Amino acid sequence: MAMDLDPDDIFRDDEDDPENELYLARETNKELLVYLVDASPKMFTSARPQNHMQEDQNQETYFHVAVSCISESLKTQIINNSYDEVAICFFNTREKKNLQDLNGVFVFNVAEREFLDRPTARFIKEFNCIEESFSKQIGSQYGIVSTSRENSLYNAIWVAQALLRKGSAKTAEKRIVLITNEDDPFGNMKGVTKMDMTRTTLQRAKDAQDLGITIELLPLCSCSGEFNDMIGLEGDALTQFMPLAEQKLEDMKDQLQKRMFRKRKVRRITFSIANGISIELNTYALIRPTVPGAITWLDSVTNLPLKVERSFICGDTGALMQEPAKHFHPYKNENIKFSAEELSAIKRVSTGHLRLLGFKPLSCLKDYHNLRPSTFLFPSDEEVIGSTTIFIALHRSMLRHKRFAVAFYGYSTHPQMVALVAQDEIITAAGQIEPPGMHMIYLPFSDDIRHLHTEENAVTSRANEDQIKKATSLIKRLDLKDFSVCQFANPALQSHYAILQALALDEDEMPEIKDETLPDEEGMARPGVVKALEDFKVAVYGEIYDEENRDNENTSDASKKRKVIAENAAKECANYDWADLAQNGKLKDLTVVELKYYLTAHNLPLTGKKEVLISRILSHMGK
Amino acid sequence: MNVSKNATTVGVMLLTCTFAVLEGLVLLVDVGPSMHNLLPEVEKICSMLIQKKLIFSKYDQVGIILFGTQETDNELTTEVGGYEHVLVLQSLQVVDEHIIDALQQLPRGTVPVLDAIVVGMDMLIKKFAQTNKGKKRLCLITDALCPIKDPYEGTKEDQISTIARQMMAHGMKMDAIVARGWPNKDANNKIRDENDRLLKLFSKYASAKIVHAESPTSLLGSLRTRTISPVTVFRGDLEFSPKMKIKVWVYKKTSEEKFPTLKRYSDKAPSTAMFATHEVKVDYEYKSVEDSSKVIPPEQRIKGYRYGPQVVPISSAEWDAVKFKPEKSVKLLGFTDASNIMRHYYMKDVYVFIAEPGNTKARVAVSAIARAMKEMNKVAILRCVWRNGQGNVVVGVLTPNISDNDIVADSFYFNVLPFAEDVREFLFPSFSSFPLSWQPNKEQQEAADKLVEMLDLAPSNKGEALPPEFTPNPVLERFYRFLELKSRDADAPVPPIDATLKRLTEPDHDLLSQNKSVIEEFRNRFELKENPKLKKSSRRLLIEKPSGFDEERDNFEGADGAKAVSSVESKALVKFAQISDATPVQDFEAMISRRDSPEWVSKAITLMKNKILDLVENNYEGDTFQKSLECLIALRRGCIVELEAKQFNDFMSRLWKFCQENHLNSFCQFLESKDVKLITKAEATDSNIGDDEAKCFMATREPKSEL
Repeated sequence: MAMDLDPDDIFRDDEDDPENELYLARETNKELLVYLVDASPKMFTSARPQNHMQEDQNQETYFHVAVSCISESLKTQIINNSYDEVAICFFNTREKKNLQDLNGVFVFNVAEREFLDRPTARFIKEFNCIEESFSKQIGSQYGIVSTSRENSLYNAIWVAQALLRKGSAKTAEKRIVLITNEDDPFGNMKGVTKMDMTRTTLQRAKDAQDLGITIELLPLCSCSGEFNDMIGLEGDALTQFMPLAEQKLEDMKDQLQKRMFRKRKVRRITFSIANGISIELNTYALIRPTVPGAITWLDSVTNLPLKVERSFICGDTGALMQEPAKHFHPYKNENIKFSAEELSAIKRVSTGHLRLLGFKPLSCLKDYHNLRPSTFLFPSDEEVIGSTTIFIALHRSMLRHKRFAVAFYGYSTHPQMVALVAQDEIITAAGQIEPPGMHMIYLPFSDDIRHLHTEENAVTSRANEDQIKKATSLIKRLDLKDFSVCQFANPALQSHYAILQALALDEDEMPEIKDETLPDEEGMARPGVVKALEDFKVAVYGEIYDEENRDNENTSDASKKRKVIAENAAKECANYDWADLAQNGKLKDLTVVELKYYLTAHNLPLTGKKEVLISRILSHMGK
Repeated sequence: MNVSKNATTVGVMLLTCTFAVLEGLVLLVDVGPSMHNLLPEVEKICSMLIQKKLIFSKYDQVGIILFGTQETDNELTTEVGGYEHVLVLQSLQVVDEHIIDALQQLPRGTVPVLDAIVVGMDMLIKKFAQTNKGKKRLCLITDALCPIKDPYEGTKEDQISTIARQMMAHGMKMDAIVARGWPNKDANNKIRDENDRLLKLFSKYASAKIVHAESPTSLLGSLRTRTISPVTVFRGDLEFSPKMKIKVWVYKKTSEEKFPTLKRYSDKAPSTAMFATHEVKVDYEYKSVEDSSKVIPPEQRIKGYRYGPQVVPISSAEWDAVKFKPEKSVKLLGFTDASNIMRHYYMKDVYVFIAEPGNTKARVAVSAIARAMKEMNKVAILRCVWRNGQGNVVVGVLTPNISDNDIVADSFYFNVLPFAEDVREFLFPSFSSFPLSWQPNKEQQEAADKLVEMLDLAPSNKGEALPPEFTPNPVLERFYRFLELKSRDADAPVPPIDATLKRLTEPDHDLLSQNKSVIEEFRNRFELKENPKLKKSSRRLLIEKPSGFDEERDNFEGADGAKAVSSVESKALVKFAQISDATPVQDFEAMISRRDSPEWVSKAITLMKNKILDLVENNYEGDTFQKSLECLIALRRGCIVELEAKQFNDFMSRLWKFCQENHLNSFCQFLESKDVKLITKAEATDSNIGDDEAKCFMATREPKSEL
């Protein structure tokens, strides 16, 4: 909404249109999620495979893996500005804390927060150090022992189900995620008791599922099939997640984390192929820029949020008016009026479907054929049976022939030509790296592509064989081993939220965020690299590189001009008594040009309206 | 136009807007016999060009020269003779709407010639001489199929090089569009090849771009109708290490041309006010939540940032002190295999890196790195902070762009890559994990292979169809066309989408008919059926809408609502106890007017309400909105007649709330635009709603941001 616009919002690039739906993975409804974490002593055994055992195996227990994954996903939730609500619930504990007062179940929480609620700064912070205080405050203890008829698993599901009573099933997705490394929870029990316990637990899980709650099991050990049957899970929930004992711990964390997120589809679309053949696809926004949340204006006296009211005023008469139904565009000294229907009719150039136009070889898809993040397509047989078969067949053919499909996506507000690129599934030991499906890449139109007219003879400045050879050895030296897209955290975003967390908790010290995106200076200073760089430099620039570059810096027109402007501003600035002007509220009588003298002379930003400039000057003067 | 007046306009213009560079453009249009079938497209594209100039650069000057005409009329022929069959349709002058008129109906010529370039140059030189600082451009549109006359002395090549050097000397640019490739009449290959070769010479000696348009669609996209002067995003060092840097300039390569932002129109000014702006100002007031009469002044406002449910207040100064402030720089992180960076990770519009102009060494350096990368199939990963004060960094991939001609230097393209936070790693089932019945069998796979192979948009013997470079945006084309129509007739209807642009939104008929058997085979091999378990209302995917647009539009216009209800009497009373999907309005009207039981009225109203909710809920991109509206209007009319206004008014609130809760604001907006009001006291005595309240209903319920 316009009212959240922030003039200084530096994170958003000018071109990003926050209202553009394509950018925001639409959060159709919120999710209520209860983590059920097994806290039995077995969870506190080392998760590192025996043969990889190293000295530094501090705390790498199954419990640690579970807790750190939850911790990470809580942070992600904050960063994604989601409204999802979370409860964290341990079972097989010594202490108990839950509304039903059941044994062996402990719901973790902090002050000013309901059990099932959005995560707060304090919640995240305290959960981060849960492992330190766990044994003292909560304690680990087997809850199912042959000496009692206590069933902590049953209790845990009951507690979770009670927590999830909140909110209607229509608007909220309800989920229980069960994390454990126990493949046979009732292994200690025998005979009738075991059967009875199994039956009641199964019934409890079934009841929960009947209430529209999905239960997912994230097993931390290999043989989970039995457990699965135990609580009556079905479907594809489990088939893809089978970490093996020999798997690396990192991968286990990775997989666990992936599983914690619910797949959210953006919308369902129809793909018309030809001659009346149309299949059903779901679209997913797998890649979208994550930006800091919108700004809320507060009253600085009460710290309460402000209500923003928008009013429309007629420019000619000054009269207050309703939001006008018509818009206009000046053309030929006239105002040409358009109604909302006309505007939407203009944009409706085809039906809302995705329509196949044909196929092209992948070489036709250039690096500059891009405008916005791609959208992932995956088939669905929910409405039209047979969709998946056609999709798989086309997918295979496109991969085999190295071709992509060109289609027109007639989305009502933003129709566009798109390229559909088939992506084969990529699986490594660490699990699925790329899912199988097609990526829809939004193609530019001719008006969106710019051409540069450069009028220099390029023949003379083409590199020769030797120079290319030197470049080749330089590239070999500077190879990034194991580089993967999105390996870096966004330093701006991380620092934004770290600062907010610190401020929210009234901490004095501001956190330092490591910027992972900086080049590896150590690596660059290695003799081999330095030599390759030097060789390349000599091959291209000869011996005069340093001189020439210095010259360039000195003679750069723009910097010269800037210097002149700055000097001029400093001179002009001295002609005013700024303190006096500010004191008497006379700054508003100056022109914008005059105000900018001050700003330039003090190296302050020059952007914004007059009002903004004045307040910037005032705050710089400490008023 | 009066010359002195013209001069002052330009003078004023230069004073007020020092950055705008004026352009003098001469259109050179071939109207010879072989061009006749192309001229309708040429008229369209030239009109569009003038239109854009009228909007975006209305002080530019345009001249039009036709060649291949029967007549001869140009200054050179009167001065020095020769230059026959070249007709100056319009001498260089500031753009105005009459130029569009002149372009709407170009005369069809009878004589093939191709030497208007000199006349065009002469026009530009005479008009601007050396004084004009602006840009001078020639735009040649031809099929280049008729022979170029031999010059009086020297060879044709010499002549072209002389002309081209002249162009260069006067700082002129030329865009040549060679339009051919469809209904190609017995072209003389020898002449064609020679002409192509000669035209190519221009780009060797002068700043000329030659483009081949091979379909009407790409002809429409081939002329840049709006010139945007490129602005650098960054000028400075591409740092390999602190000791090794290459001077580069960075520009945008792609940037979306958005739908124009229209201003809100106020009709409050009296119609007699000649100078009314009709503009609407939007005013934002920040009010206290507790006391909505209290407006909080700007200095008492502080920004709050969200952290989960909390809002953390931070003043700008505080924030400036702690926020992330990277330094302006473009640094290399290293190289990696091109295959490591998949295409779908490209995040945004694209940048181009070129060596600093005039810096030969930098150009060699760029060339060497780019060529080495290409050979080794490597890409570079960069970290960029384009300007000081930018609060974030960009990590992206630099790919080589090797130039294939002698005029253009090697460069790089740069695409932004996602950060860890930007990627949602959902797991999807493997295709192999699907049941066997979902896997395509051998015949099906073969049919798919055939389809992918044969429905070819880039056949080797012909050029690529629909290349993005030459594909115009149908929405923008249509908007500007509509704008022109409306300027002539304010009530003009939205024009149908241009036939040429249908090639974009629908598969090419020729291509389909060529591959009829392949498509038939594909169709027969696969079986599609609706999922029988689904309720009827959600079945809409299989029903292919018959090329949609025109029909939809007709519905749109026929939506008076009143018309629909007037059929109450004519409809025979049929015993309907249901409201069907096909004819809900008729069914409702039949039911509500039954008098054999008092139950019918309330039953009809209830059923209709449910029907409307169903329709709205099951909309797909708004496809049911029109029908919902018709039902709503019928319901409204029925409620007035039966004095059930409260039922309708309550239902409206319910519907409104339902839409808000289910992300169906678009339907609310749709209703608003259709002006559906509550039933007022004046309309039905049982209503307690006043006129004003009925009007305000929509306005007050407008979704506000969740504050």
